[in-house]
Amino acid sequence: MRLTLHVWRQKNAADKGRMVSYQAPDVNPDMSMLELLDVLNEGLILNGEEPIAFEHDCREGICGSCGFMINGIAHGPLPATTVCQLTMRHFSDGEHLYLEPWRAKAFPVIKDLVVDRGAFDRIIAAGGYIGVPAGSAPDGNAIPIPKEHADRAMDAAACIGCGACVAACPNAAAALFTAAKISHLGLLPQGQPERHERALHMIARYNLEGFGGCTNIGECEAVCPKEIRLEVIGRMNCDYIAASWRRRPASNSGE
Amino acid sequence: MSVKLDSRVPHGPIEKLWDQARFEMKLVNPANKRKHTIIVVGSGLAGGSGAATLAELGYNVQCFCFQDSPRRAHSIAAQGGINAAKNYQNDGDSVFRLFYDTVKGGDFRSREANVYRLAQISVNIIDQCVAQGVPFAREYGGTLANRSFGGAQVSRTFYARGQTGQQLLLGAYQALERQVHAGRVTMYPRTEMLDLVVIDGRARGIVTRDLVTGNIESHVADAVVLGTGGYGNVYYLSTNAKGSNCTAIWRSYKKGAAFANPCFTQIHPTCIPVSGDYQSKLTLMSESLRNDGRIWVPKKKDDKRPPAQIPEDQRDYYLERRYPSFGNLVPRDVASRNAKAVCDEGRGVGETCLGVYLDFADAIDRLGMHVIRERYGNLFDMYQRITDEDPYQVPMRIYPAIHYTMGGLWVDYNLMSTIPGLFVIGEANFSDHGANRLGASALMQGLSDGYFILPYTLGDYIANAKLEKVDAGHREFTRAEACVREMTKHLLSIKGKRTVDSFHRELGRIVWDYCGMSRNAQGLEHAIEEIGTLREEYWRNVNVAGSADDLNQSLEKAGRVADFFELAELMCLDALDRNESCGGHFREEYQTPDGEAQRDDEHFSYVGAWEFQGEAAAPALHKEPLTFEYVHPSQRSYK
Repeated sequence: MRLTLHVWRQKNAADKGRMVSYQAPDVNPDMSMLELLDVLNEGLILNGEEPIAFEHDCREGICGSCGFMINGIAHGPLPATTVCQLTMRHFSDGEHLYLEPWRAKAFPVIKDLVVDRGAFDRIIAAGGYIGVPAGSAPDGNAIPIPKEHADRAMDAAACIGCGACVAACPNAAAALFTAAKISHLGLLPQGQPERHERALHMIARYNLEGFGGCTNIGECEAVCPKEIRLEVIGRMNCDYIAASWRRRPASNSGE
Repeated sequence: MSVKLDSRVPHGPIEKLWDQARFEMKLVNPANKRKHTIIVVGSGLAGGSGAATLAELGYNVQCFCFQDSPRRAHSIAAQGGINAAKNYQNDGDSVFRLFYDTVKGGDFRSREANVYRLAQISVNIIDQCVAQGVPFAREYGGTLANRSFGGAQVSRTFYARGQTGQQLLLGAYQALERQVHAGRVTMYPRTEMLDLVVIDGRARGIVTRDLVTGNIESHVADAVVLGTGGYGNVYYLSTNAKGSNCTAIWRSYKKGAAFANPCFTQIHPTCIPVSGDYQSKLTLMSESLRNDGRIWVPKKKDDKRPPAQIPEDQRDYYLERRYPSFGNLVPRDVASRNAKAVCDEGRGVGETCLGVYLDFADAIDRLGMHVIRERYGNLFDMYQRITDEDPYQVPMRIYPAIHYTMGGLWVDYNLMSTIPGLFVIGEANFSDHGANRLGASALMQGLSDGYFILPYTLGDYIANAKLEKVDAGHREFTRAEACVREMTKHLLSIKGKRTVDSFHRELGRIVWDYCGMSRNAQGLEHAIEEIGTLREEYWRNVNVAGSADDLNQSLEKAGRVADFFELAELMCLDALDRNESCGGHFREEYQTPDGEAQRDDEHFSYVGAWEFQGEAAAPALHKEPLTFEYVHPSQRSYK
């Protein structure tokens, strides 16, 4: 099959950037989106042009490195699929594809389709963990966890941190990402001691990074390659409100 | 300079060795720890857990990874599970049994003391991970669930759906980020180690390239830890992430660290077969599928009928036939070799005839569709996404692919390489798995090294070493920086007619054909010649696009492939030296009458550690003899 690609090219953060069109005359329907870019890049290199920079690593949908917009949809048209596993058979002959990087103030473009998602790491660093130094753990079966809770925690923990939720959100909110971690840890007994502090600290960092606020539109859930559900945001909000309430200054403290 | 291999295994009964070693280790005063800077390269299960734990102890840690975030390390892709001798299932497991299985599974080419320690520590890992919030699978009563995995006859594998590696890695990553927040770890993402700096015989730092700005920088430390993973990508097509590479360990080898057993590579039996020339990687289908799937090929050659039209009596369930007691659960090396054998006989399936069926029809009849969906749903979905076939309806097609490398930098019992102050952990080292790794053991080893071994042994080194103060202006640093700059410049200046990937693909093909699932002396000699010719062409005819001072993915690849060329030669040399078959190393000349691997314990019961002798000279082979006091070497039998 034949496809036309329109790709965002931007040399570095300072460059203004522009769309550039490329022909892909001989696309094998079994190849992935990234393999198509590989083939295109091989041609560009031999032509003395710079290949298109895009982020990728495991190419099996779990590392969270890859991701860009295809025709305005984060990770493209196939539900629950990252671009590395998106095979070309889902497009039709002659189609035009517009590839653009994640767009969000908190994700500055580094080059072409590569953006800086360091803000996600900083949100986790602010409190997205259970503080248990190596060596201090009780026996694994000491605290039984109902299967249902473990399963729900796992559903939330499946987040790969790719950033599609932010890119899809009209507010560029990172609510789904942040809430997935708050839910994963908050659903487990081990996560209870830090539950409220965690919500306060992670959300404080979230705001500092310049992500927008959540208005429950649900675009994030629609594009999430791991199908993280919107309910995690409700859970995050509950924890945040409860934490803010508990942490309010005492009335007679004089503060 | 000559390498001395002193394993530093303490003497005494095996179950007491680790306790004894820990007691004998010197401790670093808690107040002094922050004065010591430790570099950790790699942020996977080994590097991430090691960096976090060293920081928890109070060391000043600098952690480097080439990805945009430490959470992307390739440990994340491990699907199946992690072993631990908890015996929660009351089915006869014990530390000794896990130890025994691992030594035997490794075909008697690993160090007993290391393996025993691994089995001991396995139980602590599960506790640690549960406490961190790793959402392991649970039973309805709330206890941890287990399954049997990869050739084990007890249920000792803990798992989190088909994403165990992801969940364990996120646990380590979160522990690491907690230390970043506390100011005890400085994280350097998008930074690649390009050289090791050795001063007065000790590892004292690294030289890196900032992958965004192209800056070459020196980093000084009191010790360097490599947790940089395996070198499976030497084959080009593998189940490894595209970025996984051997550069850190290879350049350390060239600075004096011995490289052990490079020919011990693992071929995983259950991957999705290759479909075309453009293919960039191979996708693993978890080994856990073999618990319920039955592997077969048609009895007849060139049988092109769709699987459903092949009647039961014309199918050959070859693993069940040849290995009645283990059946489809034989270890990876055995399963892979048998798949190759039936395809070589012309009985392979699929378009390329390089594939065998993994059939769930019986399991679906017996357990119901819902059970299979619950157990393997995400894997079935992934298979369907890639192949466009529904494995609930038609059998999967699978074929072996390179998955893991047992070889790596040689380390002693304390995980220190032959360069004092250079520690190597996880897949990057050679220890524990011998000639073949058992399923669900890689995660165990990575976390064991990082959380529970390195923090002790590295402290002992720091406490004993009298380190002079050095800074980045030292001539060894400036010299290493100059070499790195020179190589970068050179690669960019060749401007030849072939891309890096085209060379890499061709190199991979050679290594796969001659140093893959089966090897012979003639083929290996031929491969060494071909690799040499191709490597020569590489340095003359490669075309690396772009410049040195910005994000340049072709340049990153070019340096890594240059190292793969050299490593490929050493792998073939090592495979040629080892005139026996063991584990993943199958030499066609050495097999039993029924086609199984034939070890030669009299002559080859050793770790082969290679020492770099200069670009023009052949590397020198040093041997660490292996002795087995607890598990007596026997012909591995899964019949």
